[in-house]
Formats: sequence, structure tokens, C-alpha cells
Amino acid sequence: MSELAAHGAHPPGFAHQFEDMAQQREAGSLGMWVFLVTEILFFGGMFTAYIVYRLLHFDSFVTGSHLLEVKFGATNTYVLICSSLTMALAIRSAQTGKRKSQIIFWLILTMIFGALFLGLKFTFEWRHDYIEHIVPGFGFQYRPEWGSLGPEVQMFMCFYFFMTGLHALHMIVGLGILTVLVIMTARNRFSPEYYAPLEISGLYWHFVDIVWIFLFALLYLIGGRY
Amino acid sequence: MSDHSKPAGHVVPVRTYVFVFLALMAGTALTTGVAYIDLGRWNTVVALAIAFTKMMLVILFFMHVKYATGLTRVIILCGFFWLAIMIALTLSDELTRVWELNPAGWSALVPLLSHLWW
Repeated sequence: MSELAAHGAHPPGFAHQFEDMAQQREAGSLGMWVFLVTEILFFGGMFTAYIVYRLLHFDSFVTGSHLLEVKFGATNTYVLICSSLTMALAIRSAQTGKRKSQIIFWLILTMIFGALFLGLKFTFEWRHDYIEHIVPGFGFQYRPEWGSLGPEVQMFMCFYFFMTGLHALHMIVGLGILTVLVIMTARNRFSPEYYAPLEISGLYWHFVDIVWIFLFALLYLIGGRY
Repeated sequence: MSDHSKPAGHVVPVRTYVFVFLALMAGTALTTGVAYIDLGRWNTVVALAIAFTKMMLVILFFMHVKYATGLTRVIILCGFFWLAIMIALTLSDELTRVWELNPAGWSALVPLLSHLWW
């Protein structure tokens, strides 16, 4: 019967196999980090390929990089950092037991910044690339000033679209996760004791932010802009 | 078993989050600005150093690793260590493969190799 009594004292969301909530939280974060390690190596494969080809064809990569608009890349970096802050504040609101409307406010704001990032990328940046004829497979045109480097410049653009495209795909998944979090919050699923879905989704969101930090530095700023 | 309802994890002060946020914004402005200054090969080094610093700020504070256990940190370090292995071994192949293709001897490759690096 003491089992039942202990059961009644459990905070919501507590799983029986854990000693206490602290251990449960650590296990959750650890599991998410194991997944993120696979993500590091997933993106790492592309970064490795990028490094190799950049070493082999540096001049072409500089030419290709200068086709990209720094203003788009930089603006999106700012937007994504804002979304990371609001995500962190959403988790903090849950930790400190704020009203659920406040948690939802920060989550929605995070989604708005995420959507702004994708909106800028798809409707401004990629449209601009399309008009400039620098999208491989969609009317890509060699320019006379590239000389014999044309195919290599096109290869840089392939790297650009695959890496930022894969990143954008992660952002879209992130927006789906955030939608679920908003619904869970609205249904009072979180408390200062139990907010694991918020915490590990935050880890994912911040990871995607980190990937972009490197993509911005490595794709947009090669060889300087002077 | 008695402290099931121990307050949640480590609560990071709002001012820490805001400070990290401002540092990340400043880092982005800095890395963009530096790209317009000719530092030669150091442009890449500076850009990567700033990106690395920003990554550490996000990992330590936004992702709460500063307050995480050693076990979690070891897992994260493993990820980056394996990434380093992948890059290092791939490059050791790619950068040495050229040598075998050159019948004129290695000395003819010196200018080419210096070009490869930067």
C-alpha cells in the first residue's frame, strides 16, 4: 500500500524507472544529446566534403560565395539568434512555473522568428538566386568572367543549396515540433517539475541555430568581401 | 525518493540569457564586418574563431551544458571528436593522393600544394 501512497505523491510526468526527477531530466537530455551527436556527424559529412572541395577549388568557391548576398545571410543569422533567445525563455517560463499563456507566447514568438527565417530564405534569397541563374538544375548559366571555373562555381552552388536546404528542412521539422509544444502547453502538460519535451526540443532548436552559425561563416564569407 | 518534486533543473537568470543573446548578435555583426577587411588568410581563421565562440555560448548557456553532468559533456565531446576524426582522415587521404599522380616528382608540387592550402 505504501507503493500506492508513493504513487500518489509523484509529480506529473514522473516515470517509475527513475530514482527521481533530476535523474529523469538528465536521462532525457542525455538521450537528446546522443541524437544530436548523430546530427553533428550527419551535417559533418557535408562539412567534410565542403572542406575538401574548398581546398581543391578555392578560387571557384570564392567566386561562388560572392554570388550570395551577405545581407540575406546576416539577417537570417540575427533572426535565428532571436529565436534561440525566445526558445530559452519559453523553457525558463515553464521552469519557473509561469502562466501557460506566457510559455505559449515565447513559443509562438520562436515560431514567428523561425517562419521569418524560412520566409526570407525561400521568397527573397532563393528567388534572387533563381533570377540570377545560379540555381543548379534550374536554368544555371555560366558567366564569361568565370572563365574555365564555371563547373566548379556550379558545384559550390550545389554545396550551398544542399547544406542550406538540409538546414531549412531541420527548421521546418522544428516548426512542427514547436506546434506540438504549443498544444501540449495549452493542455497543461508542463510544470516546473516536468517540462522535458520543452527542454529537449530546445536542444534541437539551438543545435539547428549552431549549424546556421557555421553555414553563414563558411558559405557567405569565403575569401572576404573586400 | 523523497525529493520527487525538487525544483526543476538549473534556472538560468534572464540577464544571463540576454547577455549571451547580445554577445551572439555582436559576434554576427563582427564576423560580417571583418569579412570586408582584407586580412589575407586570417579572414578564414577569424570567421571560424568567431563562429566557434558563438557555438560555445549557445551550447554552454542556451543548451544548459554549463550546468550539465560530466556524462552529458563526455557524450558531446565524443561527437566533436568523431567529427574531427572524419575530417582529419578524409583530408589525410585527399591531400596526399595528389602526390601519387605526379610523375615529375614532389618538388614540382610545392607551388601547387601551397595553392591548395589557401
